[in-house]
Amino acid sequence: MAATEASENAAYDGPPDYRSVGRHDLLPETTHDEAERYNFLAQLNRHLAARVLPGVEAAYHGEMLPEFRRRHGRAPADRHEVRHALERHPLYRTWSALRRNTMEMRQQAGLSVVLPQLPELVDRAASSTGSERLRLDAAVHPPAYLTAVDHHCMPGSYHTERVPGDVSGAANYDSGLFVTTGGLLGRFADGGGHGIVDFIRRIRPGFAPRRILDLGCGLGHNVLPVAVAFPEAEITAVDVAAPMLRYGAARAASLGVDNVEFVQADATDLAQFEEGSFDWVQSIMFLHETSLSALKRIMAQSRRLVAPGGLVTHVEQPCYDAAMPLFEQSLRDWDALYNNEPFWTKLHEIDLDELLVAAGFERSRLIHAGVHAIADGEGFRDAASEDVEDYGRKPAWRVTGAEVPG
Amino acid sequence: MSEDQSPVGGAGAGAGGADAAPLDVMRLAGAKARGKRPYFFEDPDVERVLAITMALAGELAVLRARLDTMEELLEKRGTMTRADIDAFVPAPAHAERRGRWYQEYLARILRIVQQDAEACGADEPTSEEAGQRLGPA
Repeated sequence: MAATEASENAAYDGPPDYRSVGRHDLLPETTHDEAERYNFLAQLNRHLAARVLPGVEAAYHGEMLPEFRRRHGRAPADRHEVRHALERHPLYRTWSALRRNTMEMRQQAGLSVVLPQLPELVDRAASSTGSERLRLDAAVHPPAYLTAVDHHCMPGSYHTERVPGDVSGAANYDSGLFVTTGGLLGRFADGGGHGIVDFIRRIRPGFAPRRILDLGCGLGHNVLPVAVAFPEAEITAVDVAAPMLRYGAARAASLGVDNVEFVQADATDLAQFEEGSFDWVQSIMFLHETSLSALKRIMAQSRRLVAPGGLVTHVEQPCYDAAMPLFEQSLRDWDALYNNEPFWTKLHEIDLDELLVAAGFERSRLIHAGVHAIADGEGFRDAASEDVEDYGRKPAWRVTGAEVPG
Repeated sequence: MSEDQSPVGGAGAGAGGADAAPLDVMRLAGAKARGKRPYFFEDPDVERVLAITMALAGELAVLRARLDTMEELLEKRGTMTRADIDAFVPAPAHAERRGRWYQEYLARILRIVQQDAEACGADEPTSEEAGQRLGPA
């Protein structure tokens, strides 16, 4: 495939080829055409972010904002007014329609890969040595915050059991995540895990936790770099969705990580663990998929479970504050409103510091910092080197948490 | 047709053991996610056509990539099987070339979007208006 001479001169800044993603025993096999379907969709997402969105932003400042001023005699007062102005403009509608449709195509592409090979994947998970590190609990039911809509348009979300011993939701998530991130999370899509390890090493050199609790682990992408970074630690990774945990335990075993136990539990109800039994309680991109009432209970559980001298960290999307332009806030709401991430916009409004203090953490020991994914793998560029901002998918996040006195 | 393009959902597409009813893969893969779908255009029919068009664009890209793979295999080895195509992994330089091709392809497919963006805020006459000014009145 020849690209034109002119474009050869610029450094290639697009997604890597799908076939360079990290392999493990549970990763669904892809045919040539299935891999290329992922490549097309990753390229399309990148095109929308790099080539279309800048035009939307220019049109906002050049046309929509002046029109809003003419109609209202003032600037927009909040992100909702900005969004309503955007929704009147054909470019924003086109970008949004393409973006939503790309996500739907990605889900179909992923499930088309996974479902025909599901019997083999189920067998592989069940016979994996990882199943020894799996503790499922049939009494745990998906909470209301997961069942109202299917998160990021995944039919069946995380928790649906299509067949006994199902891993299909996790296999679809793992296989197609590349499409949404364009490789910015690294070849094992674990850039968040590497990012938090790097952060912890900087704020606590020599930190040697004995027990670590990971909340809302999903299929364990991000907890594995933590487990590898602290090989002496025993890690407990909890999630409500059995398909994610089955897949995650087998995936971890296949990648040679044996110090993580995958436990089916609701992060709002962790009575099974003893008070002060974890040196580090953490979550990565989990809180935005919960609810305010769940969040309060999660903070309270974290306070109860963290050991004296330990710490709590949560990696999340940036907070909407006065310093963040309303245009950016409005675009960051896109996933909440149109990609079935209903709590995402609410979480941006919540002052996590206040919740931490209300849960019993000391205000003077709170942690906040920026953190970005560190992408591992040749050809995978990480957030620090990505200059295309699409206000939501770029893995540049914040860490909020607290240290607990010894 | 390679196997992955054959109709699926029949024997062999089941899961959960030999006794379980086979999954209807095509229906499940294209299933709607729970939650009312947003439509962004005033006329939802326009958005339906856009969705179908982009799906076709995707399938055409896949076909073009398959041709590129076949050309590469034939050039390097002089022969190939379907299994060779599925096992193909582009070398880094080839993957980059293909990535650039995708970028140009999408720029062609979505040309009108680029031009609409360029038109924003531009104070330009139509050709008819320009012609009127060129007289005679």
